[in-house]
Amino acid sequence: MAETILFPAYARSLGITIVGEEAGMPLLSVDFGPNVEGRPAHFHGGATAGLLETAGYAALHTALLAAGRDPQLKPINITVQYLAAGKSQASFALGRITRLGRRNANVSVEAWQDDRTRPIATAVMNILMV
Amino acid sequence: MHLCMIMPPALFDAREASKWFFRHGHTAWLGLRFTDQGENWVELELPWRADLVGDSQSGVLASGPIISLMDMASGMAIWQASRTFNPVATLDLRVDYQRPAREGASVRGRVECYRRTRSAAFVRGIAHDGDPGDPVAHVAGVFMTIGADPRKDNPALARAMGNG
Repeated sequence: MAETILFPAYARSLGITIVGEEAGMPLLSVDFGPNVEGRPAHFHGGATAGLLETAGYAALHTALLAAGRDPQLKPINITVQYLAAGKSQASFALGRITRLGRRNANVSVEAWQDDRTRPIATAVMNILMV
Repeated sequence: MHLCMIMPPALFDAREASKWFFRHGHTAWLGLRFTDQGENWVELELPWRADLVGDSQSGVLASGPIISLMDMASGMAIWQASRTFNPVATLDLRVDYQRPAREGASVRGRVECYRRTRSAAFVRGIAHDGDPGDPVAHVAGVFMTIGADPRKDNPALARAMGNG
């Protein structure tokens, strides 16, 4: 259940919220505002990465909860691909578990704005579970 | 006559630029600060703050703000290396986390621009929490220069890339 996920202080502070569910995974969103602005009227790449990463962890938490597991999570790495400029409107992100192993999870995340078929950024994350 | 026609553009200097870079938007919200610079590198600091924590039990800064720190230091390293403030867009940024930052510790991001071509710039760097010899993370990234827009010369490419 997506609603049971507790965001870290950073994600709450940036203004990330859960706005829905897709394929059993929480759909995250952040509104445009000064907190996330880079060059005028555009998302800062770091804020977009923050949204992607939060969506990745939210997806993993959801999958682990469903599997009855509660390990400590440690980030190994994240690779972010920027595909289009984030404009001055809400951004959305959804994570997908590519592989859930015993010690490592590989998570793919996609972020978009008004057009779901035109992502603004994607990320691949490796997360260690101990 | 417009000013830029009679005045040569000022050379980019990360220390000077920092005086107005971090006043607005995402980097102001994070509280980024300039700490050091070289010929082709820039170091910025992300001060520790309770509402930027990723894990409430450990009190360690979240990795999101560290990506922002490294992204900003990357862009400034590119401008520092070229001495010009040409807009750039992040194409690809990779962060390898070596260990968590210490509890309550600020994180510094030091990034160098080691190669520039006409349309791309390559960066690498580290994030550390006091000792550059014991990094919190390593980063590698590629940026595109926005000024040299290839779509102007190639309409087919413009269609393929959309209006982004």
